[in-house]
Amino acid sequence: MSQATTAAPAAVPTIPVREIAPWALFFALLTAVVLFFVGAEQGAFSVFEGTAVHEFVHDARHVLGYPCH
Amino acid sequence: MAPRTFLVHGLLAGLIAGFAAFLVAYVVAEPHVNAAIALEEAGPAEDGHPHDAATAGQPHSHGEEAEVSRDTQSTWGLATGTVLLGAVLGGATALAAAFAVGRLGRLSARASTAIVVGVGFVATALVPFLKYPATPPAVGSGDTIRERTALYFGFWALSLVAAIGAVLLARRLLPRLGAYGAVLAGAAAYLVVVVIAGAALPTVNEAGDFPADTLWNFRRSSIVTMAAMWVVLGFALTGLVGRDADRAAERLRRRELAATL
Repeated sequence: MSQATTAAPAAVPTIPVREIAPWALFFALLTAVVLFFVGAEQGAFSVFEGTAVHEFVHDARHVLGYPCH
Repeated sequence: MAPRTFLVHGLLAGLIAGFAAFLVAYVVAEPHVNAAIALEEAGPAEDGHPHDAATAGQPHSHGEEAEVSRDTQSTWGLATGTVLLGAVLGGATALAAAFAVGRLGRLSARASTAIVVGVGFVATALVPFLKYPATPPAVGSGDTIRERTALYFGFWALSLVAAIGAVLLARRLLPRLGAYGAVLAGAAAYLVVVVIAGAALPTVNEAGDFPADTLWNFRRSSIVTMAAMWVVLGFALTGLVGRDADRAAERLRRRELAATL
């Protein structure tokens, strides 16, 4: 018995899905908001009027591959 | 190891990656952005191009009359964009790694994290770029921005979902096919989905007579910037998660040792 436990490589412990799920859901929502403001606000859609957000992240939007204008 | 540690490490690695992407973009991409803007302003087209209905009538300008100056756009604006994106990519990737660690065959925490980052780069940066490559200023009509945005994010989301599905499929096939066969089947399934979707979705080509060399240089610098972001994120996150896994293993070993006494 003791040989079996020492010979087998220690299994990597897992985190239960139930524990990660709320973090993952909340962060997915936050990611969607940030992606929207960096990638799309005042381009195809506008939450705020004007072009200030669009122009501020203009270069990042182009370089990171989002359709800008 | 807890979700919280993964998230904290992901945010930290993401901030580093975002800053690295800013440095690369500033040095490698900005010259081509400026070249494209110079072409845009010298072009025979009307001054600026209208956006969608919400911002129509407000010319989009990069010159002195712009709301945000070019200097700000290429420094603080660029850095804000890359660092914000790096932080969310880092956090999201780290939480994905929290799911993956211990669940990808017998791979170590480091190997699982590295695979999550690699899949993340291919699925959310490389493959979307191959179908809908980045466009420099002056390329792209304001009339089609809604359609292009929907196509880009739609294809991006499809690629991400297909990649997650491919990993889950490979995991399920692992006992029957072994690691080689399972990874091959997962990769093939992912490719089938994105190739069919890529062939079915409309192609965007609005380059017109924009100079090919400027377009190529800009697009190359764009994918180099995205690759830099993901490579730095990968090394930083793999290092942090690996160190955390080593400590957790050490604690477990001590507890087991104490239990035998």
